[in-house]
Amino acid sequence: MKLNDAQAGLAAAERRIGEVILAVEGISLAFGGVRALNDVSFDVREHEVRAIIGPNGAGKSSMLNVLNGVYRPQAGRITFAGETVAAMEPHHSAARGIARTFQSLALFKGMSVLENMLAGRNLMMKTNIFLQALRVGPALAEEIAHRKRVEEIIDFLEIQHVRKTPVGRLPYGLQKRVDLGRALAAEPKVLLLDEPMAGMNVEEKQDMCRFILDVNDEFGTTIVLIEHDMGVVMDLSDRVVVLDYGKKIADGTPDEVRSNQAVVDAYLGVKH
Amino acid sequence: MTATSGKPDTFPKLLQHHARERGASPAIREKDLGIWQTWTWSEVAQEARSLACGLSASGLEPGRHLAVIGANRPRLYCALAAAQSLGAIPVPFYEDAPAQEMIYVFQNAEIQFAIVEDQEQVDKLLEILPQCPHLRHIYYDDPRGLRHYAQPELASYESLRDAGRTWEASHAGVFDEWVARTKPGDTAIMMYTSGTTGHAKGVVLTHANLIESSRAYSDLENLTDREEVLAYLPMAWIGQNVFSYAQWMFVGFRINCPESADTVITDMREIGPTYYFAPPRVLEALLTQVTIRMEDASRIKRAMFRGFMGLARRVGARLLDGRSVSAGDRALYLLGGLLVYGPLRNALGMTRVRLAYTAGEAIGPDLFVFYRSLGINLKQLYGSTETSVMVCVQPDGGVKPDTVGPPMKGVEVRILDSGEILLRCAGLFREYYKNPEATAEAKDAEGWFHTGDAGYFDAEGHLKIIDRAKDVGKVGGGTLFAPKYIENKLKFFPYVKEAVAFGDGRREATAMVNIDADAVGDWAERQGIPYSGYTDLAAKPQVRDLIRDCVEKVNADLAADPKLSGSQIHRFLILHKELDADDGELTRTRKVRRRFIAEKYASILDALYSGKTRCEVEAQVRFEDGRVGAVRAELEIVSAKTSESVPLKAAA
Repeated sequence: MKLNDAQAGLAAAERRIGEVILAVEGISLAFGGVRALNDVSFDVREHEVRAIIGPNGAGKSSMLNVLNGVYRPQAGRITFAGETVAAMEPHHSAARGIARTFQSLALFKGMSVLENMLAGRNLMMKTNIFLQALRVGPALAEEIAHRKRVEEIIDFLEIQHVRKTPVGRLPYGLQKRVDLGRALAAEPKVLLLDEPMAGMNVEEKQDMCRFILDVNDEFGTTIVLIEHDMGVVMDLSDRVVVLDYGKKIADGTPDEVRSNQAVVDAYLGVKH
Repeated sequence: MTATSGKPDTFPKLLQHHARERGASPAIREKDLGIWQTWTWSEVAQEARSLACGLSASGLEPGRHLAVIGANRPRLYCALAAAQSLGAIPVPFYEDAPAQEMIYVFQNAEIQFAIVEDQEQVDKLLEILPQCPHLRHIYYDDPRGLRHYAQPELASYESLRDAGRTWEASHAGVFDEWVARTKPGDTAIMMYTSGTTGHAKGVVLTHANLIESSRAYSDLENLTDREEVLAYLPMAWIGQNVFSYAQWMFVGFRINCPESADTVITDMREIGPTYYFAPPRVLEALLTQVTIRMEDASRIKRAMFRGFMGLARRVGARLLDGRSVSAGDRALYLLGGLLVYGPLRNALGMTRVRLAYTAGEAIGPDLFVFYRSLGINLKQLYGSTETSVMVCVQPDGGVKPDTVGPPMKGVEVRILDSGEILLRCAGLFREYYKNPEATAEAKDAEGWFHTGDAGYFDAEGHLKIIDRAKDVGKVGGGTLFAPKYIENKLKFFPYVKEAVAFGDGRREATAMVNIDADAVGDWAERQGIPYSGYTDLAAKPQVRDLIRDCVEKVNADLAADPKLSGSQIHRFLILHKELDADDGELTRTRKVRRRFIAEKYASILDALYSGKTRCEVEAQVRFEDGRVGAVRAELEIVSAKTSESVPLKAAA
């Protein structure tokens, strides 16, 4: 119901989808003899929600890892915000505005929600460590500004009640939300979401869908997501890339992809 | 500090008075983005002024109604004051009421204007817009998620306020004229009672009603402008309105709005209220939490807790009442204060509480004594929406767990032969809105209000309420049957969330029980009992035994009272789903609707009295997102042991 409402709201809106912000061309990635990605090309437009789907082992997570520089592809080019490189580096991609969440959460379990999210802004902290430790002068002003931004995200994700709770004590669904918050704290241009709804119950999924759409809508963040839940993908995304055995087999709007025979075969299996 | 005569006689005048007297001191705090933000009295007055001008400029006329829907937010409090300033009447709604339940009120009060909190409320109002032809303007406080809504009825709170500022610039002095024109006899607010039967009734309360009630109360308790109050209960509940609006406006203390419903406990610890108001269910939930956490604590802590709580139960309440206690116990209690009571009061956020009140429902004596024995001055009061709450208040030093205290100054009480309590007081409402029959039924020609409650005065002149007059019945051919009394006894056990007792006109009493998912879940975890969800947990044989123990303890208690021993519970069952206001089983203030439940679960009730051991049920459930589903379960009917001393024979 909430999801539908959000969808209706989006549909009514004039879409602000802009130019291509991120593009990959001819990406190939192999681990020894295993070809994880084979000549994959697609692009992501500014402000859109782009999904990467495919059966297990199709190369979805590898693709995401290529996008933010964890893996170096053997062939191909990546263009982000007008700059073309053969491979991304994790710290460069982060500094230039690509943030991500992880399938197997990447949070500091012993730190509070607030601290985890502040850690997400690490790259934006400009004052030096000594001033920060003493909390004087510009460091204090900066800390207040960072805290304010993080508090806005806490408010946005409705996690005020666990602000000071160590992340390890939270239920899984909430941890996922904190992980999203941590990524958002970096104020990314492009947000990569690795199975944001894995392991969630229906209600948590609905909430997460609403948050993803709200992030896209309110902050204008471009979103690239991997997801198993077909219903979710088709409802959320503007365009979908389908991978199978490391190859791109389809690319288009959810409706186009759904009616594509190669996709149906890949998902449902086909007699050989 | 408490010279309360000579104060202004309407809320708008009071607001202006505070803006002059204590303009720079805080009136409202709200936790926003993790920080307590302060609104001073002059800011509140200025906001209400702009808002009133904005509302008037867009067409809200004196005497018309303004819907106010949302959680406790400073802006919504300003909306109440703004409407009253221009002579319009605010109508607060329960924020969690489904859209369909709101239709009637919008139609009944012909509401044209609404100020709401957020998208959730906007969605509800847009849904019912076709059925509410009068509704023309909806203003929202939080714009989140609303940027793509293009409905012509919608506008932001800021736009309304800014329009008001512009309008005021060209209409100087008009606002002050409005305020000067308000009279104590004017309607100040209209509150809809939840109504256990039929449609809700709009209770019309005047400025004089609420202000006189606040005056009597603040004189009695010496309220000062230094009180801190946490505003966390639904705005549409009269108790909340009296404590956080009427008294706030009258006395000029501070109210504090929590960040969200989930953060109330943390926020309360940060604020440290001096004056606290909680219905029994909130106190019960707090105690359940304490109990759960104590059971998880180390053995030394558990032993300390048990030992000192035993001492507190013996002497704590006596100390609070200023009665004599031996020197040894006094010393031990002081030690307990350091080791147990102090830290516990702090954990509850009640360290600074000078005055705590509970009302809305009868409170279990054990629960009541728990808080008092910790040194928290918790007292009971009695009242209703129709009487602007304040009717009877327990005086300091004269608190008894089973009474609600003597009538307040200016309140006349009469008790009919049937046991029904009649009242006459300054706070008594004018009428039910557009409902003269109901008004005539509730308020007789001499101005006596028929409360519908049954009770009597004890030897010291304290009023004791047993139950609703219409619910008190007979069981087993003559014994008094007061269902709520039995239910409350059951509900004191942390494992029991709700209970519904039946027995009027029957051979013997029976009950349906709702387990408390948190407490029983925690217990099951520690016992190593696996379960998959509420329904599964409720059906576990170990849980059945656990609840049977509770029921049998209640039976033993009842057996000790000769008047009530006949109403022991012979059979009970554990319901497969939680009773819920969305399914109509509870009122919005979470009182069980016994008759409705008896009809809805007629098959279960039959099974309880037909000697069956099991019964099948299928119940409709309304989920929070509005969808409807069905829950099917097979329930076991459990016999409970009744106490020996009972003359009636226990059914096998």
